[in-house]
Amino acid sequence: MGALPLPTLDQAVSALRDGATSSRELCESVLGRIDTVDSRIGAYLYVDREEVLADAAAADRRRADGSQLGPFDGIPIAVKDNMAVRGQPLTCASRILKDFVSPYDATVIERLRSQGFIFLGRTNMDEFAMGSSNENSGLQATSNPHDSSRVPGGSSGGSAAAVAGGEAIVALGSDTGGSIRLPASFCGVVGVKPTYGRVSRYGLVAFASSLDQIGPLTRTVRDSALMLDIISGRDPRDSTSLPEPAGGCASCLSAASVNGMRCGMPREYFEVEGLDPSVRECVENAARQLEAEGAEIVEVSLPMLKYAIAAYYIIATAEASANLARFDGVRYGLRDSEGEAESLLAQYRLSRARGFGDEVKRRIILGTYVLSSGYYDAYYLRAQKVRTLIRKDFEHAFTECDVILSPVSPEPAYKKGELATPLRMYLADIYTISVNLAGICGLSVPCGATESGLPIGLQMLAPALHEKRLLQAAATYEAIRGDL
Amino acid sequence: MAVSAGTTNHETFIRKTTIHKTFKEQEGDSHAMTGALHGYEAIIGLEVHIQVRTSTKLFCGCPNRFGGEPNTRVCPVCMGYPGVLPVLNREAVRKTLGAGLMCDCTINTYSKFDRKNYFYPDMPKNYQISQYDLPFCRGGTMPVSGVGLSGGEMQSKGIGITRIHLEEDVAKSTHFGSYSGIDFNRAGIPLMEIVSEPDMRTPDEAYAYLTGLKQIMQYAEISDCDMEKGQLRCDVNVSVRPVDQTAFGEKIEIKNLNSFRAVHRALEYEIDRQISDLREGASLRQETRRWDDALGMTAVMRVKESAHDYRYFPEPDLMPLEIGTDWRNEIQDSLPERPGVRRDRFVAHYRITPYDADVLTQDKLLADYFERAVAKGATPKTVANWMQTELLRELSDSAQGIAESPVAPEALAELVALIEDKTISGKIAKDVFHIMFATGKAPSVIVEEKGLKQVSDDAEIGVFVDRALAENPAVVEDYRTGNKKSLQFLMGQVMKFSRGKANPQSANRLLKERLEASEG
Repeated sequence: MGALPLPTLDQAVSALRDGATSSRELCESVLGRIDTVDSRIGAYLYVDREEVLADAAAADRRRADGSQLGPFDGIPIAVKDNMAVRGQPLTCASRILKDFVSPYDATVIERLRSQGFIFLGRTNMDEFAMGSSNENSGLQATSNPHDSSRVPGGSSGGSAAAVAGGEAIVALGSDTGGSIRLPASFCGVVGVKPTYGRVSRYGLVAFASSLDQIGPLTRTVRDSALMLDIISGRDPRDSTSLPEPAGGCASCLSAASVNGMRCGMPREYFEVEGLDPSVRECVENAARQLEAEGAEIVEVSLPMLKYAIAAYYIIATAEASANLARFDGVRYGLRDSEGEAESLLAQYRLSRARGFGDEVKRRIILGTYVLSSGYYDAYYLRAQKVRTLIRKDFEHAFTECDVILSPVSPEPAYKKGELATPLRMYLADIYTISVNLAGICGLSVPCGATESGLPIGLQMLAPALHEKRLLQAAATYEAIRGDL
Repeated sequence: MAVSAGTTNHETFIRKTTIHKTFKEQEGDSHAMTGALHGYEAIIGLEVHIQVRTSTKLFCGCPNRFGGEPNTRVCPVCMGYPGVLPVLNREAVRKTLGAGLMCDCTINTYSKFDRKNYFYPDMPKNYQISQYDLPFCRGGTMPVSGVGLSGGEMQSKGIGITRIHLEEDVAKSTHFGSYSGIDFNRAGIPLMEIVSEPDMRTPDEAYAYLTGLKQIMQYAEISDCDMEKGQLRCDVNVSVRPVDQTAFGEKIEIKNLNSFRAVHRALEYEIDRQISDLREGASLRQETRRWDDALGMTAVMRVKESAHDYRYFPEPDLMPLEIGTDWRNEIQDSLPERPGVRRDRFVAHYRITPYDADVLTQDKLLADYFERAVAKGATPKTVANWMQTELLRELSDSAQGIAESPVAPEALAELVALIEDKTISGKIAKDVFHIMFATGKAPSVIVEEKGLKQVSDDAEIGVFVDRALAENPAVVEDYRTGNKKSLQFLMGQVMKFSRGKANPQSANRLLKERLEASEG
């Protein structure tokens, strides 16, 4: 793919500070790159060039007269199309919201805006974040920048592809069952899913409220740490956001070391059927490199893994069935039934039948079913109990280790259309979804590639609220790994 | 009759309503309201929705107020826009707990919100944030007693309150013929649902229960309960059964009840209708009927379809609530004395009649007014009389509430003192009160300005008495021949000459003395 022309976030901050570049220059190079490659990659659903350049000019003026908003003022960022940016489209890659423009800013956007970030545009995703390949986008296809015939992963595939393809310095994604980590792994970038409640969900269009979490997709671990320091922290508009103080993620990296750190390898994770040998080799190699650096490798057990997918698809779809009920064409969004619907019910049916794609419909139906009277106890209640057991699994494992190492996905980026059945697609989430069920933090950091050059990610997990430990481990690994 | 925890106002679209006609009506004989029970009894349960008075809505910062241009008090949260989250209004919870404590409910120490799923255009998210299995309050009581609306004495009893939970109000739909409009100003206003046990047996009891609820809500400043503003809405469930039967009859739900009186009338009608139908051999079915206040009858709205599945599940956007003893006690301590307790105290402590105490404690502000006046040293009975006659009449004539009364309780106490120390007569006092009400001036100032001070000096009154006797020799003669009633005319003359200021007792005594003296 060749060297990326864009600086990292950290480099951009220095260059701006030193006057080596300007916001205009940064934005122009990003926009230029989008012009060159996005017709092939398809990462973006919307880019407002004029607005971006106007914002860049304003940032440069602020920097010139000493009124800059901070070190990040004038840096462009890509945003997954399920987070509200005032005045920009908010489609969730769904036909039902095709022409919807957000009237307000999400909390993360507000925080980034106050630092002077420029919102480049909207990145493609699986419709309403339901999917692992971006093939469920209702609006456009996205290709893996490393191989156009392959998927970028999902659901934050547009954000991962934009960063990997040099079309963005950093991007925001959201992770409900692996939607940041999986595309990060497939595209060869760093992606962090923070602890549930670390980052405000206000303004993130909900898929599964008790699992959704916003996080960064970046080229380096340090960039992710810088992003987390900005977006994390208690938000009075999100009652599920945690009161614990956030920040200090970037500054803790200078002292990063894995000396004496216990790295757990869950036995069950390496017994998964279909685990690609190249993935196993890369992950085990990463473990050996950490061990050489002073880490202790220990085997741990997470026996509930086998129930995770079932529990996840009950809880996530149940919540989704209610969360997506508001898309009915009454107040906003597609009302594709003008003059056709003879009743209110017909209007709902036509709008939703035409507005939602198959996977979304499948999950709404599944979620409606598991919540139905007579089935609630057998499905939803049981799944919540399994969820508690999974959380306890991790609690126990973390008494024996400090971080957990595992694959992100059983195999590297697959060919478009290859995982044709939904069930096969669901199984690809085996390593990521229990992290959301347990509410802990995790990330994907590149750890190698297949012979044909497809990136492979290493998943690192840490207990809830231990983002610093997680990032220190990942930064250390990143340093000893060297350039890929 | 199980009163379900969560029926909605909008289960189906109402296209047509058909007026129920009994066999008799079709024959042209209007359905006679007999009120006779023929060995049946009615089972009544009420589901009352009350908007909680707070400054903002339940889950967002929009103002909680009635009226205004449609869709002007809305935001992305109460419009259900993509990505928004609810934030719970603590004041609404506080008031709901207060309502529960006022009704002797048990407060659940652990409570949570749930999503109730159903599609309707007035529901911004197509689910309502409500409470399912862990409402804030459960197991309370509302006492009813005294004279019922229809004039009969009610048996004293406690009506059970099954539960009180908190939920968000929905938007208001208005139908304009070929289309409908939705006003989201109401969406998200905190709404309590208070479900009673099926403990009521008569329309009088239902009326008394509602009156009691409203009174409590107003006392504790939980809600104004203005039905015209939709702050209190009531659905009624009623069935009948032979008195010796334990199984419940088919439950009929009545909607569109816009006043407590309408509830009473609808129940009278419906109980009568159900008994008549059963006596004529007809069978009843579970259905929802609509009360037509103008026609004074109910009509079928819809026959009960299979029970709606609301697919309740815990609201993941809100944390469960632990209600600690400290908070509970703090709320308990902040609550006012209950109306029933206050009424009994008024009777025992102030020695006023139960009737007077009842009237005065009807409204907390009225009772407060009474106690403030009495605290100034005025005789309770006199204050009670003045409030119930002059004060309430003036307020009603000027369409004002007690809160806006131009006559403060302290001023009324002063007026009563002026009567009791004989500075003015009771008759003059009425004029003074009228001026007080019109001008807001203190009674002593008015008495001074208008020179209304009562004349109690015998010499001064004697002048008026002598004049009355001198100018009316025929009446004097009449009196002396035994018509003692003539004294009243002479008294009138004395009062007229003194422009009402003569002390009536003195005038009366002097008149008698002189009439009898000259007689002797």
